[in-house]
Amino acid sequence: MFARISSVNAVRLAARTAVQQQQASVAAAVAGSLGYLYYARSEVHASAETADTGLHPPHYPWAFSSPFKTFDHAALRRGYQVYKEVCSSCHSMSRVAFRNLVNVTHTKEEARAMAEDETYIDGPDDHGEMFERPGKLADYLPSPYPNNEAARAANAGALPPDLSLIIKARHGGADYVFSLLTGYCDPPAGVEIREGLNYNPYFPGGAIAMARVLFDGVVEYEDGTPATASQMAKDVVEFLSWAAEPEHDERKRLGLKVITILTALTGMSLVLKRMRWAPLKTRKIVFKPPTSAGKQ
Amino acid sequence: MSALGKFNHLLVNTLFKRNSVFLTGIFAGAFAFEVGYDGLTDRIWRRLNEGRTWDDIKDRYTS
Repeated sequence: MFARISSVNAVRLAARTAVQQQQASVAAAVAGSLGYLYYARSEVHASAETADTGLHPPHYPWAFSSPFKTFDHAALRRGYQVYKEVCSSCHSMSRVAFRNLVNVTHTKEEARAMAEDETYIDGPDDHGEMFERPGKLADYLPSPYPNNEAARAANAGALPPDLSLIIKARHGGADYVFSLLTGYCDPPAGVEIREGLNYNPYFPGGAIAMARVLFDGVVEYEDGTPATASQMAKDVVEFLSWAAEPEHDERKRLGLKVITILTALTGMSLVLKRMRWAPLKTRKIVFKPPTSAGKQ
Repeated sequence: MSALGKFNHLLVNTLFKRNSVFLTGIFAGAFAFEVGYDGLTDRIWRRLNEGRTWDDIKDRYTS
């Protein structure tokens, strides 16, 4: 009898606790949603985020982001052309040498000819003088300015960053650079852009010293690809992705091999483990109690 | 004797009995496997990336 009463009480208590918990969780959910709605709909928050960190770039379906795809080397060659004819008038690419382009975008002969078109200061010679000589395959791509101060002076105080590793150096990587190159537009009402700066919603702060440079037909591709602004931006971003990650193709080719073989070896070791453990796992240990006589 | 038993006997008699043969077999097997595996995976890789690699486009620039 007593046991029954106490069990009924326990059930009632449990039910009451459950109801209380439910009420508490509903209250928490409502409060949380209200807070989230306030945060998400708050215009102050939304505009502050855009202005300070730049508009979040959309994710583009780059073919080379697949684990099984190399760079498109025809696009790399076009991208080098865009860099050479457009970007390189302000941006250096000092960590890429002509020899790096060999068998990536150009043949050895082409790369050597391109290097020889440039002039490098070398020396000292036997008389201690520095001299000028044509470039070699081992020379790095020429920089447009002799130093950072000269670059700032020529660009109203803004330093055009070196592009060798720019894809790795910016949040959003290839998506960001592509969005930046194609995202120039008129500033929205109420946004003042200082003289000499340009509005770009993807640039943190919105005001960027670099003006829009990619317009349809700025370069003429040798393979006949229509040189639209977005095509050029896509090609140069692919080229910059290669520059930031020149080991990319080889890394993915080896990754395919290594992951395949490691998967097979893991499977084999699991089978082996089961085989070795089978006698231990399937044996039966039986306890035989001693008899009262103390003898078995 | 079952087929598996026959196979095992053959394996033991030809490969495992002498350590020199066993060791040579391991090295030769590793070499042969690597050649075959590399050939196969590289063929798959070229198939996956047809038209994208330098090897596919270099003919346009060498003549």
